[in-house]
Amino acid sequence: MTITKRKILGTIAYTVPAFFALVIVAIVLFVMTYIVIGGWDSLTMDFLLGSPEEGMTKGGIFPAIFGTFLLVVIMSLAGVPVGTFTAIYLSEYASQKSILARLIRFAVNTLAGVPAIVFGLFGLGFFIQFVGAGVDKTLYNDGMLHWGQPNILWASLTMALLTLPVVIVAVEEAIKTVPRELREASLALGATKWQTIRKVVIPNSITGMLTGGILAVSRGAGEVAPILFTGAAYFLPHLPSGLSDQFMELGYHIYIMATQSPDVEATRGIQYATTLVLLLLTFALNFSAIFLRYRLRKRIIT
Amino acid sequence: MYSHSYTTMKTTEIRLKTEGLNIYYGQKHAIKNVNLEVFTNRVTALIGPSGCGKSTYLRAFNRMNDLIENTRVDGQVLLDGVNIYDRQVDVVELRKKIGMIFQKSNPFPKSIFENVAYGPRINGMNDKKKLEEIVQRSLKQAALWDEVKDDLGKSGLSLSGGQQQRLCIARALAVDPEILLMDEPASALDPIATAKIEELVYELKNSYTIVIVTHNMQQAARVSDYTAFFYMGELIEFDETKKIFTVPAKKQTEDYITGRFG
Amino acid sequence: MQPKKITNTMMKKRFRLSEFLAEKLITATAFMSFTFIVLIFIFVFRETLPIFSAPDEIAATEELGEQETYGNIVLTDAERAVEEKQNKSIAAEEGVTAKNLAGDRWQPISGKPKYGLLPLIIGSLKVSLIAVLLAAPIGILAALFTAAFAPKWAKEALKPMIEILAGFPSVVIGFFALVVLATFIQDFFGLEYRLNAFVGGVALSLAVIPIIFTISEDAISAVPKSLTEASLALGATKWQTALKVVLPAATPGIFASVILGVGRAFGETMIVLMATGNAALTSADPFEPVRTMSATIGAEMAEVVFGETHYNVLFLIGSILFLFTFTLNAIAEIFVRQRLMKKFSGN
Repeated sequence: MTITKRKILGTIAYTVPAFFALVIVAIVLFVMTYIVIGGWDSLTMDFLLGSPEEGMTKGGIFPAIFGTFLLVVIMSLAGVPVGTFTAIYLSEYASQKSILARLIRFAVNTLAGVPAIVFGLFGLGFFIQFVGAGVDKTLYNDGMLHWGQPNILWASLTMALLTLPVVIVAVEEAIKTVPRELREASLALGATKWQTIRKVVIPNSITGMLTGGILAVSRGAGEVAPILFTGAAYFLPHLPSGLSDQFMELGYHIYIMATQSPDVEATRGIQYATTLVLLLLTFALNFSAIFLRYRLRKRIIT
Repeated sequence: MYSHSYTTMKTTEIRLKTEGLNIYYGQKHAIKNVNLEVFTNRVTALIGPSGCGKSTYLRAFNRMNDLIENTRVDGQVLLDGVNIYDRQVDVVELRKKIGMIFQKSNPFPKSIFENVAYGPRINGMNDKKKLEEIVQRSLKQAALWDEVKDDLGKSGLSLSGGQQQRLCIARALAVDPEILLMDEPASALDPIATAKIEELVYELKNSYTIVIVTHNMQQAARVSDYTAFFYMGELIEFDETKKIFTVPAKKQTEDYITGRFG
Repeated sequence: MQPKKITNTMMKKRFRLSEFLAEKLITATAFMSFTFIVLIFIFVFRETLPIFSAPDEIAATEELGEQETYGNIVLTDAERAVEEKQNKSIAAEEGVTAKNLAGDRWQPISGKPKYGLLPLIIGSLKVSLIAVLLAAPIGILAALFTAAFAPKWAKEALKPMIEILAGFPSVVIGFFALVVLATFIQDFFGLEYRLNAFVGGVALSLAVIPIIFTISEDAISAVPKSLTEASLALGATKWQTALKVVLPAATPGIFASVILGVGRAFGETMIVLMATGNAALTSADPFEPVRTMSATIGAEMAEVVFGETHYNVLFLIGSILFLFTFTLNAIAEIFVRQRLMKKFSGN
């Protein structure tokens, strides 16, 4: 091969991958710019704090923001402690030979690849049809539906399951960063296992745990498929007042407004602005996770 | 194999003793039938080439080997005549009385004060006054007080390597142990810091029984009263330090201390 | 005497309540996580079972079943009542035979419901294929650039971009595809249908790129330095080394990334639901609308009667999605593990 030919090939080999890397950047910037420009004008205080009006062609999205918030809170309350404890079990209590630990690892790996919509099916089949209907039959038995129908509790629990693998994996990773030497130091001083976990393991991996929690929350805030038929509502005149109420949600609202609204073109502004709100929300969560991780890395290095 | 040749030694009471101790890591036979005695308020050095099992042996005294999966222990480790591998033994209580200093200094990422106060705190001590007393006393014992007394709030990790190791010694002392196990405590330190640790070991042996693992033969010669030479998991020779280093009974010991192998 | 004290305190195994409770609670929680995961398998598959039982049984259970439905988007109550009656009688007559499921018509809400899965499977495959064909070259080459060529500043600029892309909720990508991308593609190619498989595939590739990129980049970075250094020492240039040494060594990992990408594309719901047009056609034309399996569940589940045949068939589709992604994950895992084993045995 001549030198020049080699140089040309080298340039190609370098520029083509670089070009594709640039394509990704362009895509991200393009999508973001479009949504920001499209939604900026409609993004007012009234929009954020108002309710939908006139058949959802005007007004705000406060119920959807509130519903998303509620969903995320209940989901976190249910999923984060369970995931954290499971991760602590896997890394601190289970022996290498533990069958339960192996089963959990296998199940978590499997779960991580299951499509979100399948979680929705589970929520419907298990929470609503099995648990909810069962509760109705045994507690009320009046032929009415109380818990055997979609509501915010079932939607949140479905979402909690979806995020469970995220939490488990992230917390386990975080715990792994605690050096074995610190555990040994604590145990050698006569601390018990739980004391060591509480005073050494958790404080030294708390940033990583938080990161995992936030990523899970952000995943939950962005998913719509699992709540399509487990609790999200098209439109509700009032905010949910209990766990057995349906709720409005930002992502679902976008989907409904963009595909099922009576006048799709007339509500474009609302759609863009709602999308912008959802995007900002997930960004805020993701950025705080990235920031925490960055701080964590810095601490490990020093 | 190993034979008692120290009948002429001026012995104090026997504090720790292993009888027919075997340790297995999975398939690996790491410690082979070791009988050894550790005397009260003396420094016993464990020497030998790396991988000879001396650290594994040391970790049998406070059952730190329990933490490694697939470890099996055979034989007895007697503390004041009681087998610490007995089923009745509470490992947590045992470890409170047998402190350990590790090869790599491992202060918690907390303040100097909190590092030393860790042990008393997990034992339920919350009285600020008393904690301060214990911290001060321990740091003094570890010859670190003068260097850090003005910034007890600073992170333990901000100290130099030698200071960190002395902080770990203070942390161990704060729990009020009677025996100290040291696993190559100066291997990562420069000569000046090493000298300080050695001086400290010499001081501490007045009040504590000390077992120290070292790969540095001069160090063993300087600080210890007794020396045990390990090779491939076996105890080759155990005797008074000055004998080991002047008239070793075994050819292998002589080869090792004269630097012919290892 | 102090020595006696040690042996006294240590010779009594203490019961520590907090220790005991912590261990039990943590183990119980771990067990609970596992139970729920098992329940997911059970309950998704369970709801498909009635399909495989005798038709008259289906009819019988339906008569006892509840009549509640949710969402009033497509049908009025009167219409639905008619449909239900028809559906029931059909179900009673025919049941859902294997022949019905293998058919090429998906018309679940009609006088004679047809549950042919073929158009849905074709739809999913078509959209996933387009998405992966687009995402794989972009993701892999960008990963190669990041891991092998990029200066540090470019790496640090690119990684957050990927994280942002991965953080886009799928409904946002779906919205973007529906509002912006569809019009653009229609104008550009002069298409008859605004929403079609190609639009869905392009949108879906945005969700697949981060997966392929991240795992490929991992695989490429994991190629031992000794290998690249050996190649460079032999006089190969940086790009020759990258193409002839690094890429082949990272192939299993890259392959795994593509497989996981296919899995993601196959299971993704909101993007295809919004961008593909949702017509259950069996054509090979990428510019015609399609209806994917996931979108079918998403669009129809809220409107079916619980326990009805249609409901069970939707669960069957979910089970197929489940099994398919499960298999893909298992294959990917084998490849990743192989790579790891190679890495360890290689050193």
